[in-house]
Amino acid sequence: MVSEPIIQTADLNCYFGSLQVLKGINLEVRRNEILGVIGPSNSGKTTFLRALNRLNYLVRTYSQTGTILLGGQDLGTIRDNLLRKKIGIIFALPQVLPVTIFENIAYGPKVHGITSREKVDWIVEEALKRAYLWEEVKDRLNQPAVKLSGGQQQRLCIARTLAVGPEVILYDEPCSGLDPISTAKVEDAMQQLKVDYTQILVTNNTKQASRVSERCAFFLMGELVELGPTDQLFTKPKDKRTDDYITGRFG
Amino acid sequence: MNGAKIRQHIAFSVLGLLTLAIVVPILLVIVYIVVNGAGAVTWEFLTAAPRQGMKAGGIFPAIVGTILLVVGTMLFSLPLGVLSAVYLVEYAHDNLFTRMIKLSVVNLSGIPSIVYGLFGFTMFVILLHFGTSILAGSLTLGIMSLPVIITASKEALESVPSTYREISLSLGATKWQTVRYCVLPYAIPGILTGTVLSLSRAAGETAPILFTVAAFYLPRLPRSIFDQVMALPYHLYVISTQVPNIPLELSFATALVLVALVFLMNLVSIFLRAHYRKKRQW
Repeated sequence: MVSEPIIQTADLNCYFGSLQVLKGINLEVRRNEILGVIGPSNSGKTTFLRALNRLNYLVRTYSQTGTILLGGQDLGTIRDNLLRKKIGIIFALPQVLPVTIFENIAYGPKVHGITSREKVDWIVEEALKRAYLWEEVKDRLNQPAVKLSGGQQQRLCIARTLAVGPEVILYDEPCSGLDPISTAKVEDAMQQLKVDYTQILVTNNTKQASRVSERCAFFLMGELVELGPTDQLFTKPKDKRTDDYITGRFG
Repeated sequence: MNGAKIRQHIAFSVLGLLTLAIVVPILLVIVYIVVNGAGAVTWEFLTAAPRQGMKAGGIFPAIVGTILLVVGTMLFSLPLGVLSAVYLVEYAHDNLFTRMIKLSVVNLSGIPSIVYGLFGFTMFVILLHFGTSILAGSLTLGIMSLPVIITASKEALESVPSTYREISLSLGATKWQTVRYCVLPYAIPGILTGTVLSLSRAAGETAPILFTVAAFYLPRLPRSIFDQVMALPYHLYVISTQVPNIPLELSFATALVLVALVFLMNLVSIFLRAHYRKKRQW
């Protein structure tokens, strides 16, 4: 089944100062798919991800050319805060705010103007359930979030992103600091979220990409080398460089 | 004991003694003031107006005056200082303009307080027609307090991890929401420390209020912000040097009240700080 594209980039070039980090990226992300993005360090994966919700612009020397469309609309015409409500991101290391579990998740709805206590309660519970964390924390919502384990914190971050009601969720190496069991739980959550969300997973772990994603993109030195169905990319890559990377000849 | 341990022992002792050398003068000053002044601090001294050319009675108007000036100073300098720091840390780009602002802040803190007094006199008292008044004095003290408040607030804001800002922005919060909910709350303890430090200094300054607000002898309480008031540091200066034959005990008692007032302010800030730290652990 090929569904319509939700994100399209055309000739996307990204620069930090005079350093070009991404070179002419043309890529489509389909609605409700999990797109894996693999490649060695410094290949531009994270920059690509952060270009999609314009977080790159927090760095003052950043500039980009080309276009990115979200549902057919140019990103530049969407206000940053509305864009980031639609495209949420999970960072590499679990980053929780030093407040309670409840407040961490309630923060998003609060800044988007939801004030009714009942509604916020409902959103928090729903988000935690969808991130597979509810059972573990339902009795201690008012405890500091930093007391959770790393894996729980990462699922809390997923819940926090879900609570603002995004269409797309970006994951920037979400399991790099987690043990295998916590990793499996995060991957489970991603599989369940497929029904409602489009997800893009940047990972250094090629095995994770092959487990989770349907299509996979291989980035190298700022270029998109190959993009295809995950099975095909891992078994019959078209480009020799992809073959070299996934068979572990470099990277 | 081997050589290294002996050397470590000697080093620790020297460091300990040096630290003690900081504490000793403070303790001596306080003890000296308390011993010489405590006898004169009576209920009447704290609550009555001065009588007989300040040779008798109390210092109530001066206490009220100093409290009013501290509150006035805070009203002017705290919002301005914190908002300036927020602008410099969160919004401003690094360009000639902001570098000039930062340079001015540093230079302001180096200006002698008497110069602030003269500036306040020409600016607020004469040019703006505020007269010698609480308003003019508070504004003058406020400007003097700004550099410390701005510097402390800036450092407090800069020490908030940038990940908090990134989390907030990535959830679709606006810049201001991010500052308001994810940065300022964590900077409050540091801001408080700087504010109380500079307000303590403002409470004890004589020179800036000399021409802008302080009354030599005014046994009644002010009725509006355009009235003059007595203030503890200036009163202390007056009874110590300007009026002959005033019992030394009264000077020490006045000093004791001033020191106690500043100490009380510090105490309040310590409690506030502990309160905010407990609410947000990081």
